Amino acid sequence: MNWVIKMFSSSLGQKFIMALTGLFLCSFLIVHMIGNLQLFKADDGLAFNTYAVFMTTNPLIKLTSYLLYFSILFHAVKGILLVVKNNKARPVKYAVQNGSANSHWTSRSMGILGTIILVFIIVHMKNFWFEYKFGHEIGYTSYYTNLATGETGSKEMSADYTQFNKIEEGMTADEKGQYRLVIVKDLYKAVALQFKEWYLVALYVLCMFAVAFHLYHGFQSAFQTLGLNHSKYNGLIKFLGIWIYSILLPAGFAAMPLFFFFK
Amino acid sequence: MEKNLNLNLKVWRQKNADDKGKFEEYKVNDISTDMSFLEMFDVLNSQLITEDKDPIAFDHDCREGICGSCSMHINGRPHGPKHAVTTCQLHMRSFNDGDTIVVEPWRAAPFPVIKDLVVNRSAFDRIISAGGFISINTGNAQDANAIPIPKDDADEAFAAAACIGCGACVAACKNASAMLFVSAKVSQFALLPQGQPERHQRVSEMVAQMDLEGFGACTNTGACSAECPKGISLTHIARMNRDYIAASFAANEK
Repeated sequence: MNWVIKMFSSSLGQKFIMALTGLFLCSFLIVHMIGNLQLFKADDGLAFNTYAVFMTTNPLIKLTSYLLYFSILFHAVKGILLVVKNNKARPVKYAVQNGSANSHWTSRSMGILGTIILVFIIVHMKNFWFEYKFGHEIGYTSYYTNLATGETGSKEMSADYTQFNKIEEGMTADEKGQYRLVIVKDLYKAVALQFKEWYLVALYVLCMFAVAFHLYHGFQSAFQTLGLNHSKYNGLIKFLGIWIYSILLPAGFAAMPLFFFFK
Repeated sequence: MEKNLNLNLKVWRQKNADDKGKFEEYKVNDISTDMSFLEMFDVLNSQLITEDKDPIAFDHDCREGICGSCSMHINGRPHGPKHAVTTCQLHMRSFNDGDTIVVEPWRAAPFPVIKDLVVNRSAFDRIISAGGFISINTGNAQDANAIPIPKDDADEAFAAAACIGCGACVAACKNASAMLFVSAKVSQFALLPQGQPERHQRVSEMVAQMDLEGFGACTNTGACSAECPKGISLTHIARMNRDYIAASFAANEK
C-alpha cells in the first residue's frame, strides 16, 4: 500500500485527487440539475417533493451522497493546502507580474473561486439539506390525485403533523376508481419561500458565476491532470467544459431562484 | 533608421543570498534598437563601471538563444514581452523611447538569488541527476534503420528535447512549478525506444526530486508553455502525468 500513499502524496498525486474529486462533483451537478428541473413543474411540488424523499431514502443514493460530502470536503481542504504549498514555492513575489499575457484569469483564480463556492455550498446545505433532514421549519403537505379523473388537490398538513412521509393508494370514496394520496415534507414550499428573499436570490446568482468560472478552467484542467490530453478528444472536452459546465448548468441553476423570485 | 532609445530601468539589486535586496533606478541613453536586451545591460554596466559602481550581475553565455543561461523577468514576464525568445534574443526594438522597464530575477524558493539577477538553478541539475538520462549499455552503433521510430514520435521527442532548461516555466508559473521542464525531460526519452527500459523509474524519481526541491504543483494555467522560449507544449505535462500514474501502478516496489 506504500506506493498508493506515495503516489497520492506527491505533487502530481495531490492534483490527481483534485481532478478525480472535481470530476465526480461535476457529474453530481448533472444529476442535481436533472432532479431540480422538477421545480419548474406546475404541480405544487408533488414531483419535486416525492423526488426529495427518494433521494434521502434510497440506500444507493445515500451511499453516493456520503461519497459526495467526502469529495466536497476533500476537494476543498486539499485545494486550500495546495494553495498554501504553492505560495510557499514563491516566498518573494514579483513586483510586476503580467499574468494576463500568458494565462486566463480563471486558471489563476481557482482558489478564490473555489472558496466562494465553498461558502455557497455551506449556505445552500444549511438552508435546504440541514433544514430538510434536521430542521423543524419545513411542514408536510398532502397531495391527492384521483387517478381516474386526473383531478388533483393539495393541502398543507397542520403544524403538528411531524410523523413521516407516506404514499397511499386505494379506491376513491365513490368507488369509481383509484386515488393516490401522498403526504411528504414540503421542500418545494421551503424553496419557494426562501427564493422570495432578494439577498438570497442575489447570492445564488452571483455564486453561479463563480461556479461557471471555476469550471471553465476546472473541467478541462482535470483531464489534463489525469494525462488525458489527446488532439482527437481535446475539442470535445473543451466544448463540454464551456457549453455544459460554464454556461448551461450555471445558467440553469441561476434560473431556479430567479423563477421563484419573479413567480 | 529608427530613433535610438532613452530608457528608465528599475533593476533588482541584491548583494548576496542573505541580503534583502531592493530596486535601483538607472537611466540609459541613446540605445540602438538593434541591440539585444543583454547588450543594453552591457551598456548600463560600462556606465556603472565608469561611475565606479558595482555592475549588475546577470547570467548569460551563448547569446544566441540556445544555452538557457539568461534569465531576466522583464516587465512582469520571463524573457520579456516577445513570444518564444530568450532575453538575449530580445531586441530593443520591442521597447519604446521613454519606457520604464522593470527587471527582476526569477522568483522561486528552489531558485535562490545568488546576486542581483543571477539565481541558482542547480535544482534543475539535481532533477536531471535523479533520472533524466539513459544508463543502458548501447553497444556498438547499429544501422540507422534497425530501430524504426515513427516520424511523429521522433518529432515530438525532438520538440521536448528543445528545452534549454532556462527556468522561464518556473518563473512564469503562479505556483513556481517545474512541471514543464521536468515533463520535457521525461518526454524526450519516453517517446523513444532507448528510453523505455528506465521509463517508469525515470518519471518516479524525477518527480520525487522535483517535489523535494520545493517547486509548486501544476494548476494547468498554461503560463509556462506560453512563456517558454522553445514553445514546449503542455502535452508533455499530460504525458508525464500518465507515465507517473502508470509507473505508480506498475512499478515493482510494494
